[in-house]
Amino acid sequence: MTAGLVVEGASYRYAGAAERSLRNVSLELAPGRVIGVAGANESGKSTLCLLAAGLAPAVIGGRLEGSVRIDGVETTAIPPHGLAQQCGLLFQNAATQLSNTAATVFEEVAFGPCNLGLPVPEVIERVWWALRAVGVEEIAPRDPARLSGGQGQLVALASVLALRPRYLILDEPTSELDPAGTRLVAETLARIARETGAGILLVEHKMDVLARIADEVVVLAEGSVTLSGPAAAVLADPRLAELGVEPPAGVRLERAVREAGLEWSTALAEAIE
Amino acid sequence: MTAPGSTAPGSTAPVPSIEFEAVSFSYPDGTQALGEVGLRIEPGELVAIVGQNGSGKSTLVRHLNGLLRPTSGRVLLDGLDIRGIHVAGLAARVGLAFQNPDRQLFAGRVAAEVAFGPRNLGLRGAALDERVSSALEAVGLGSDAAANPYDLGYSRRKLLALASVLAMRTPILVLDEPTTGQDARGVARVRAVVAAAAGEGRTVIAISHDMRFVAECFERVAVMRAGRVVLDGAPDVVFGEASWPELRRTYLEPPLAAIEGARLGLGSTPTASRFVAALNDATGRGRISVG
Repeated sequence: MTAGLVVEGASYRYAGAAERSLRNVSLELAPGRVIGVAGANESGKSTLCLLAAGLAPAVIGGRLEGSVRIDGVETTAIPPHGLAQQCGLLFQNAATQLSNTAATVFEEVAFGPCNLGLPVPEVIERVWWALRAVGVEEIAPRDPARLSGGQGQLVALASVLALRPRYLILDEPTSELDPAGTRLVAETLARIARETGAGILLVEHKMDVLARIADEVVVLAEGSVTLSGPAAAVLADPRLAELGVEPPAGVRLERAVREAGLEWSTALAEAIE
Repeated sequence: MTAPGSTAPGSTAPVPSIEFEAVSFSYPDGTQALGEVGLRIEPGELVAIVGQNGSGKSTLVRHLNGLLRPTSGRVLLDGLDIRGIHVAGLAARVGLAFQNPDRQLFAGRVAAEVAFGPRNLGLRGAALDERVSSALEAVGLGSDAAANPYDLGYSRRKLLALASVLAMRTPILVLDEPTTGQDARGVARVRAVVAAAAGEGRTVIAISHDMRFVAECFERVAVMRAGRVVLDGAPDVVFGEASWPELRRTYLEPPLAAIEGARLGLGSTPTASRFVAALNDATGRGRISVG
């Protein structure tokens, strides 16, 4: 058995759809690694998340060709409760993730660990750990339905982290966050990968986040992997913009300086690093 | 600056000034979201509102179309308390695109979704069709008119919500986080929408965490922290070095171009083009060497 979340030659068509949303996608997420997923809107990023987390096709149907394995086992062979413990999935729209049953943020985050049947002291410990990890412990007593967009997103992320899954599949976890929240989430994810050995698949439009924490980056276009490799190389690739992905700020600034006919010296590069 | 009450071309109503007068707001659970906010926005101004998550940005703008009413204080349009303006009158003047499009969309077809607002303004037939198609074109959804909104991905649903608001041709356009979830092309569309509204003399107010979008597309930036406006000025000022301590307290970071401009002693350069111009100028005068 190979440890890791492996997507191999996977193509996927949603139930009732004429076209495949993913075509022959392969990637290998080893424990403790962070793989960034970038691409234009509707290039297949969210579909890849559903596939990697085993929700597609097991829960939502559709047709999968190829293979998606978690630690050597096909996701189609793992029951939903088993998947939930191995793969934590954060949806793109955090509001759709919240249970709508909890009266407080604390209970919202406790919902998952309670369902895992953990002893109460451990549930409590996990909830505080998860709330602190994303910096929202102060809003623990608040009503989850009355949070700001960013706070809701952080609470949804905390709910996933509290499950302590071996693999985290995160669909734009920082989209509604302020720069400080974005930085905190990025640092927290890097730390979780490093310290707990969780593998993280991270869909992002903010390339600065991927530049900071991703080991590898995969760029999708029309359902296929068009660029992949070490993060630094992919993020500096001149084709990125054509693929609908805005390069990191440092790369953009360098390009602007060069386009103005100024030389990009080592000294300037260091100043900007 | 346009005179108050001036009429924007292509829009039916004149563009009113906006004034928040010591506006405080507390949610029913006791959370105070706004504390005596005072803010005046002239007709045709392009204002970005930035601030930490939970700092009250969305709460503030929801006062503009009457979705929320101040716990104390007043919101005035052209000096008139909006409590005295009926909902339909307000809807014709202030268009608000929500942060989360799914709180806004409800129709079975994209075209019907966009037509809902202008139809309620009394438009029918060719005039209505024109409104719908031009709004869809503006956000790049021209070929999706017959689709079901929920068959669109999140980013396109968000553009659809924006189109529904554009179709109202309101003199005041309020966009809550318009660029989130958008790829480079989507962001370019949103920027074009802001530029077009600005060109017609409308007021645009946008909440954003995207400091590059803010610095490049807006002429004024209001920074909120804990329900108050703590900085308010042009991007040069708000992202200039003198404001950094306050930005840091608000957990915000200036755009990279501003940080690097300051580091290289180029002054306040909130955008890449300003940075390059200042760099060009400085190297031309031999102040710094980049060779």
